[in-house]
Amino acid sequence: MPTHLDNEQSLVAAAQAGDSDAFVTLLNQYSRHIYRVGLSITGNHQDAEDVLQESSLKAYRAIAEFQGKSRFYSWLVRIAVNVALGKLRKRALWKESSLDEPREGEDGGYIPLEIESWGDDPEKACLNNELQQLLAEVIQKLDPKSRTIFTLRDVEKFTIEETAQLLGLSIPVVKTRLLRSRLKLREELTKYFGKDTRNAMPTSRR
Amino acid sequence: MRCRQVVDKISEYIDGELDPELVRELERHLQHCEDCRVVVDTTRKTVEVFCNTEPAPLPNDVRERLNQMFRHSFRKGEPN
Repeated sequence: MPTHLDNEQSLVAAAQAGDSDAFVTLLNQYSRHIYRVGLSITGNHQDAEDVLQESSLKAYRAIAEFQGKSRFYSWLVRIAVNVALGKLRKRALWKESSLDEPREGEDGGYIPLEIESWGDDPEKACLNNELQQLLAEVIQKLDPKSRTIFTLRDVEKFTIEETAQLLGLSIPVVKTRLLRSRLKLREELTKYFGKDTRNAMPTSRR
Repeated sequence: MRCRQVVDKISEYIDGELDPELVRELERHLQHCEDCRVVVDTTRKTVEVFCNTEPAPLPNDVRERLNQMFRHSFRKGEPN
């Protein structure tokens, strides 16, 4: 969740009264978060930019309807998620987004790989921009539906129930995919942060 | 509790949503299972790093096009 502006309420009121500068100030505070949501869900920069533009414009048009029951950002990010989902659906990526076959043991359970504790915390192990790039890369290892669920729940901090409602999915489906996504991302990050680190950071791989 | 059940319960455990009785069982298991301790710990760290890392700044050209879009919309008055 982003840092909120101290004068958010007054900016919202001004924007609702027609002050376009106030709206742009609000938008600028959250634009990179909205872009990241768009990029995580759609998987490409062009769509992420479209998501940012379209959701900004929708929010601008609908600002009078914002009732202040949630934070402005929560309202804005819901608009952005719906725009991003529209793009996935248009490309039929949502419907086709089946859960990867889990690796199962003899008793049917998921078997985690890459069991290795991490050395330094990721924030200490690499530069901030390297970490941002790595996270943006590894989340794309998930299928579209799973990375959307992970983004809403673990990055944007929606509840399980809100995530299910926003995506039109059942709570068990959200829980199952969230667990698999967390385990899969854990494995991917362990390749970088495991004590016996075998992979270089993405920027130094070039 | 077996390793497989620990893996199944990781999400609820790290979110603090697991039944207290199951928390006790799971933590008893963790006391003697190094592999599960590692998986639980690194899963928790995975969620934390995604949650705590700020997004990259907006690329300059993306920001410029966004501003252009707004200037265009504001010039037209209330967009359609």
